[in-house]
Amino acid sequence: MVSIQTALAAFKRSPLLSALSITTIAFSLFAFGLFGLVALNIRDALQRVEERVEIRAFVADGTPIEQITAASDEIAKYPEVLKVEIVTQDQALARARKELGEFSDVFDGQFLPSSLDVKLKAGFRDPKTVRKVVDRVKGYDFVDDVRYGEEWIAQLYRLRNIAGAAGIALGLAFAAVAIIIIGATIRMAVLARSREISIMRLVGATDGFIRRPFLIEGSIKGVLGGLLALVLTYLAMRVLDQYLHFQTAFFDRRLATLGVVFGALMGLLGSAVSVGRHLRRV
Amino acid sequence: MVRFQKVTKIYPRAAGGAAALRDVTFGVAKGEFVFLTGPSGAGKSTILKLLYMDERPSSGEVRVSGFSSRDVKRREIPELRRKLGIIFQDFQLLEDRTAEGNVAFALEVIGTPKSAIPNKVSRALTQVGLASKARAYPGELSGGEQQRVAFARALVNDPFVLIADEPTGNLDERATRGIFQLLREVNAAGTAVLMATHNLELVRSSDYRCIELNHGEIVFDSAEVPAISVEMD
Ligand SMILES: Nc1ncnc2c1ncn2[C@@H]1O[C@H](COP(=O)(O)OP(=O)(O)OP(=O)(O)O)[C@@H](O)[C@H]1O
Ligand SMILES: [Mg+2]
Repeated sequence: MVSIQTALAAFKRSPLLSALSITTIAFSLFAFGLFGLVALNIRDALQRVEERVEIRAFVADGTPIEQITAASDEIAKYPEVLKVEIVTQDQALARARKELGEFSDVFDGQFLPSSLDVKLKAGFRDPKTVRKVVDRVKGYDFVDDVRYGEEWIAQLYRLRNIAGAAGIALGLAFAAVAIIIIGATIRMAVLARSREISIMRLVGATDGFIRRPFLIEGSIKGVLGGLLALVLTYLAMRVLDQYLHFQTAFFDRRLATLGVVFGALMGLLGSAVSVGRHLRRV
Repeated sequence: MVRFQKVTKIYPRAAGGAAALRDVTFGVAKGEFVFLTGPSGAGKSTILKLLYMDERPSSGEVRVSGFSSRDVKRREIPELRRKLGIIFQDFQLLEDRTAEGNVAFALEVIGTPKSAIPNKVSRALTQVGLASKARAYPGELSGGEQQRVAFARALVNDPFVLIADEPTGNLDERATRGIFQLLREVNAAGTAVLMATHNLELVRSSDYRCIELNHGEIVFDSAEVPAISVEMD
């Protein structure tokens, strides 16, 4: 109780410094949040695109339907496979006509090969797994050709990996900056109270007692910074939505809470480091 | 109760690795009054810092009321400090707290129950003769009065040793005599007093034990007649 009062008194004593430190934490977390939002949306987009990853095995003309059905059943049992669809020549033609709309004349009098369209389960849509399934499907004699947009999938994944790595690197960098900033502000608070601290030590206050209000102060600042960052991120997203017509997803409740908790932890860590350093020295 | 055994102290950042204390051995008995004298830089403050374990000896051992510098843990030191009262030349008061606020501070930060604080504070302020100025801030008090506040803060936890590092260094003659009188009273009530001072007049005016230091060594101890007659408990 006394610790909380002391921590709050610190806000009252130096409102400007407190506001400054909260804002800097908020901005660090805001940058973090914006990047997180981008990463989140890239991930969502990838997921949507991934769902369309499909292997299409073209079947040689004149293959008996029983053989195709048997193969289809076999392929459907692969652990990676979500479902297999048999597309007959007529269906292929109808689909092509529909997809091409006004250019559908092109297909007049033509015939398209029938095919087996294979969809993979989520988590098995990476290039390596796709290639493995393709190789197995190619093993059927009657399969003429297999298309699966290899390069396209590989590129998608490369993009995702880069985004992920950049996210982690930037996230860590921002977190480090935030911790250093909060450490510096707590350090100022510690120095402002160094006389008080030395008297406390003299009369027998424990390190834990001396540390506590600063840790609380740091955590409160972290939480406030986190909340502010959340608001800023939300506003930024709205602006992006409005002017760029992005269809962006915002953090769900769990992620938002995680962000605030993360802010609190940064505040705690930053203040613990700087108080600890001060106490160890004196 | 207090025992220095062959204590040598070399500060890590001391110029040329010079020893601030060299082979210092002495004891302070329960309820004893001891002056520490000697020229500036002789090592008086160093002895007191070793006593309240703000510093550790480079070699030798300091024992204070069952705590030994050899094996005391950092987290045990607050426990020791709560049994000591410490006052300095520069009072070390908090400017934004009143006299009673400063005294109460020493109780608050060691977790004394809130209800017990006002009584203890007013008793300590009365003891140092400052009850009427309880609500005054340090800036509104004379040097002698400020030292009395520091005194009350040191006494409020009923210490068994009062450590005073040149408590009268900043005071005029009258205030000095007032503070010294307080020290005598506290000592008469059973608290041991260890006082570092440059004021030889004070030392001569009383027949308390006097340890004189020079260049980190004890050059005179009035109790040293013929051998160490005071021992630790
Ligand atoms: N933290 C420190 N680091 C390095 N050297 C120190 C430190 N504190 C004291 N000293 C040195 O130790 C020696 C003894 O210092 P100390 O403060 O004990 O003297 P003193 O007798 O209290 O002097 P004064 O009468 O001026 O207060 C001095 O030479 C001083 O320079
Ligand atoms: Mg000194």
